[in-house]
Amino acid sequence: MQASVIVFPGSNCDRDVAVCIEAAMRKAPLMAWHGDSDLPKSDLIILPGGFSYGDYLRCGSMAANSPIMREVVAQAKKGAAVLGICNGFQVLTECGLLPGVLMQNKGLNFVCRDTRLTVTNNKTAFTAQYDAGEEITVPVAHNEGNYFADDNTLKRLQDEDRIAFTYAEGDNPNGACLDIAGICDPSGRIVGMMPHPERRAEAALGGEDGKRMFSGIVEALS
Amino acid sequence: MKATIHITLKNGVLDPQGKAIENALGQLGFGGIDEVRQGKLIEINLSESDPEKAEAALTDMCEKLLANTVIENYQIHLDGEA
Repeated sequence: MQASVIVFPGSNCDRDVAVCIEAAMRKAPLMAWHGDSDLPKSDLIILPGGFSYGDYLRCGSMAANSPIMREVVAQAKKGAAVLGICNGFQVLTECGLLPGVLMQNKGLNFVCRDTRLTVTNNKTAFTAQYDAGEEITVPVAHNEGNYFADDNTLKRLQDEDRIAFTYAEGDNPNGACLDIAGICDPSGRIVGMMPHPERRAEAALGGEDGKRMFSGIVEALS
Repeated sequence: MKATIHITLKNGVLDPQGKAIENALGQLGFGGIDEVRQGKLIEINLSESDPEKAEAALTDMCEKLLANTVIENYQIHLDGEA
């Protein structure tokens, strides 16, 4: 199994996520630089959190148009599993692999705190080790996490069971539509989420609720 | 040829920054403001001199990068146009 972490200028969770992948699959992932136009064939591709290209223009918009993303989109369409965390989620919406957009937080503040999440869909490639409806605690850290899509898109996400995570009742940190914290594509192989599972993946970080995202995808792909 | 592109949020899309500006103006005593919406202005100098070709290229730029049409509208103005 080959896993790759895409590194953009301004990514800052790439090494954290690499530690989680390595712990789950006993092999370090490839770190792929944004300017590369070749990406070795990967079964799993992670778009990490951070501030790619300084969040210029719109969060994720520059990264979505970088050379490596053409490869990521091509491999995603051929069946690679893709996880976009925080800024990575923004990149996934900007490049069209996931619908909608992450707008500025409703309260205008950067929010960095633990959030309680409900695992709404445990049938995605990443969430099989969670129980359906399980409540977990995973931190968010973002200024643009306010998920927005038109009513038709929101209805489609609901009807097709493509909402992977929601913020638990009363714990929506950013004003996201339908309390959406993470969504997936129709196949469940491409997941984008604002919370950071890699920041809650070992006891020393305050808990292990995020760890099963990584062990889950490795199990699914092995 | 110089082009100016205005990018604005679509109607119905919440604009927290516009709302904050609206509140700040109210606190400064400016009355009679119904709504404030904030957008972006992008200026581009083009070597293209044919307005039609320029407009087509700029539309492509807006669709591919400059605007996110899920939430934003764009208007292209070429220098010399009213």
